[in-house]
Amino acid sequence: MIVGGFPFANRFDELRREMDRVLDNFGTGRTRWPHARATVFPAMNVWDAGDTVCVEAEIPGVSKDDLEIFAVGKELTVKGMRPPMEGKLTYHRQERGTGEFTRVLTLPVEINADKIDAVLDNGVLTVILPKAEAAKRKQITVKTN
Amino acid sequence: MANQTDIEKHETQELQRVERIRGGRTFVPSVDIVERDNELLLLADMPGVKPDDLDIRYEGGELAIHGKVQPRQESERTNFMLREYGVGDFYRVFQVGDSIDSSKIEAEVKDGVLTLHLPKTEQAVPRKIAVQTK
Repeated sequence: MIVGGFPFANRFDELRREMDRVLDNFGTGRTRWPHARATVFPAMNVWDAGDTVCVEAEIPGVSKDDLEIFAVGKELTVKGMRPPMEGKLTYHRQERGTGEFTRVLTLPVEINADKIDAVLDNGVLTVILPKAEAAKRKQITVKTN
Repeated sequence: MANQTDIEKHETQELQRVERIRGGRTFVPSVDIVERDNELLLLADMPGVKPDDLDIRYEGGELAIHGKVQPRQESERTNFMLREYGVGDFYRVFQVGDSIDSSKIEAEVKDGVLTLHLPKTEQAVPRKIAVQTK
């Protein structure tokens, strides 16, 4: 809501539009997992945890050895492979995809790529990316005279 | 052959049978159903589910799989930048026919994937018939 005459109104509007544009650019480089229902794999949830950004993805059936995660600048890449079943099989229903996947996420803040932590637990991948110092919110103390 | 194995999917009308301890969401897991000579294999994607979180029931020809998932983020307070999926329990029901020996069903969970072994009954296993020549 922009109130006429309020001095900061236009600047916030500009900032909000810029944020919307950046968040829309999330998730470039989508790859389809063959036969999977979703159009993007893996689906990701990303949240701001203060000094870190957390990225979570559901990748059931992918082992640690078949997974590659790296960050360059503001881009996080999650790459992996889920092997198909072997042997003589007849499929009566196939809803789960197999094969390779790659997803690149462009983060809206600078991160410290040296201190990224990644955990894979029961098919859930959690990547914790510390924000770069300059990107952290700095609390400013207001003094009164 | 497909019509001998007799497994069909029962849709989400069964959701009311799920015990709701918390008011979370319940999702339908993606499933592969594979036939081998001696058994049927059911694989279900249930990320976040450990062996203790699984409840598998077979009753009256129906097989119900229920994977309990602990919430991983507090939805109200988490400041999401991108949210493409929800976190909740997994539940799905299947019709299992007579060709399965229900007393021998086995389950295992690894990396968030449930594998159910459904051994075929003796009669359902394909037999090779020796051809004699006279």
